[in-house]
Amino acid sequence: MSKIGLTLGPVLFNWDADRLRAFYKGIAENSKFDRVHLGEVVCGKRMPFTDAVWMDAIGWLEDAGKEVVLSTLSLPASPRERKTVADFCRGDHLVEMNDVTALPARAGRPFVVGPPVNVYNERAARFMASRGAVAVCLPVELPLASMGLIARACPELEIEAFAFGRLPLALSSRCYHARLHGLHKDSCQFVCEKDPDGLGVDTIDGQHFLAVNGVQTLSQGVQAYCPTADEATAHGIRRLRLSPHTADMCAVSAIYRDLLDGAVAPDAARSKLSALNLPGALVDGYTRGVAGCAPVAAA
Amino acid sequence: MSIELVCPAGTPAALRAGVEAGAHAVYCGFRDETNARNFPGLNFSAQELREGVRFAHGHGARVLVAINTFARAGAFEPWAQALQNAEEAKADAVILADIAVLDYCATKHPNLRIHLSVQAAAATPEAIGFYADAFGVKRVVLPRVLSVEEIAALNKAIGIETEVFVFGGLCPMAEGRCALSSYATGRSPNMAGVCSPPEAVAYTEDRRGTAATLGGFTINRFQPSEQAGYPTLCKGRFVAGGKTSYLFEDPTSLNAAGLIASLKAAGVTALKIEGRQRGKGYVAEVVRMFRRVVDAVEAGKPPLEAERALQALVEGGRQTSGAYKKSWR
Repeated sequence: MSKIGLTLGPVLFNWDADRLRAFYKGIAENSKFDRVHLGEVVCGKRMPFTDAVWMDAIGWLEDAGKEVVLSTLSLPASPRERKTVADFCRGDHLVEMNDVTALPARAGRPFVVGPPVNVYNERAARFMASRGAVAVCLPVELPLASMGLIARACPELEIEAFAFGRLPLALSSRCYHARLHGLHKDSCQFVCEKDPDGLGVDTIDGQHFLAVNGVQTLSQGVQAYCPTADEATAHGIRRLRLSPHTADMCAVSAIYRDLLDGAVAPDAARSKLSALNLPGALVDGYTRGVAGCAPVAAA
Repeated sequence: MSIELVCPAGTPAALRAGVEAGAHAVYCGFRDETNARNFPGLNFSAQELREGVRFAHGHGARVLVAINTFARAGAFEPWAQALQNAEEAKADAVILADIAVLDYCATKHPNLRIHLSVQAAAATPEAIGFYADAFGVKRVVLPRVLSVEEIAALNKAIGIETEVFVFGGLCPMAEGRCALSSYATGRSPNMAGVCSPPEAVAYTEDRRGTAATLGGFTINRFQPSEQAGYPTLCKGRFVAGGKTSYLFEDPTSLNAAGLIASLKAAGVTALKIEGRQRGKGYVAEVVRMFRRVVDAVEAGKPPLEAERALQALVEGGRQTSGAYKKSWR
């Protein structure tokens, strides 16, 4: 049985260049990830501030023996955003496609399909493979049973499950950070940078529910799918994606590596995750085919 | 050629009402998980669709069949059957979103005209070009994320027809890419053809009034004197950053009747009215008014009177032109 891989997903939040540099230096030096995604995937307006970071981060990560994937925007709209997507796709690095916009520029060359692209069944997965997909991180709401069916029908594709972090649930052309602060998206003053894990959204009865991150809406709960290697393999899962937060991601990667190597049991892994400074309670309902907000089994 | 008015038909009665009220085309779906309005009491059997198409064609109107959910892994049969039934009923087009369904349709039903559903969320020339090249898509229903200026630019950059929503419910999220409903309830538009499903809704009363909940989450609260609204997730009141607000969208409806001349000038082929969950009386009224606006615009006359009549039909009187004006963002 080949080893289950650990992917660090793209940073979803508005982290400044200094924070990103420090983060990826740490990931290169101290983490257990074997693949790392780089790039802005949520808001094109943030790109000018972080563009300079990526070349450095690629160097640190590759020197540390990690595979780098360049992730592209999830809702590209302006000509500049579309051009950035196309430029990434024409480059030599493996790219992650987060919108069908990226497909024509990449067709026939290897790519990863990101979770915002709707691959819900084996036929769609097979189509993507025929266009060059080598891996698919399936939509977050897809249950394990469906993942297994897709994996068995498409053995050529590396199936990745979104295992850790606030779940990306929705995208809009409206910026909720700007709206909340009474600002227009075009003059947003980048208020989303104040919330490096997203801004919690509670119900008016005080229930912790969602989180906003500019044009993106996430869960407030933190996905914590913690399978053993045998369980993951039984569902055809060959990689787990861990999504960056301000909590110690090197520690998170070590917990998952130990879990997949059999050094830590799932219950213990969840306990260790709970002890970190996470922005919400642990959930994993989607994997079981129920509401995504359903809490994990008691840790 | 006149700009085409595409109207909702949740039931055979609404189909007939829409056609008689002047719809150029109606859209409908089968009574199962293959369409994105999979609500109890709605939609068509294969037999009802055949009769509906006969009726519409007899009155010079077209029928578009929405098969616009994402097929369940390992269970493609309902989607294959829906395509077969649509072709046998002589539907004028099918409205598809899933790459699996698009691929199957283009291969097995090459004579079926394909429209790309708003659920496919194709908003750029590259994405639309991909669907046109790969599957022969002839028309794209544009996501409700674009301004009129952007639609005009897009129409210059693509080689297929565009259809836009002009009236009815309004999703603030990019449709087909929203899992909010399944996070709270386990069922979503992509997975089950429903958003904020009725079986997950509860109204609980206490001394403060009524709480409307979805999957146990309070979506809104109403004073004892207020009528409690349906808890559609993204139209609720929430608390963020210490502020209580309609964070995602106000409880409002889309009304772009005043923009029809601009949309026509932007190169739009067809105008879509949302509301397959609406009764035949509502459909007839809205279609009649919209047809008057369209006819006035086509004749170069001001459609003010019909626009005013439409405003009265909007639930609670609150309406927005949505993303068509950039200030919405």
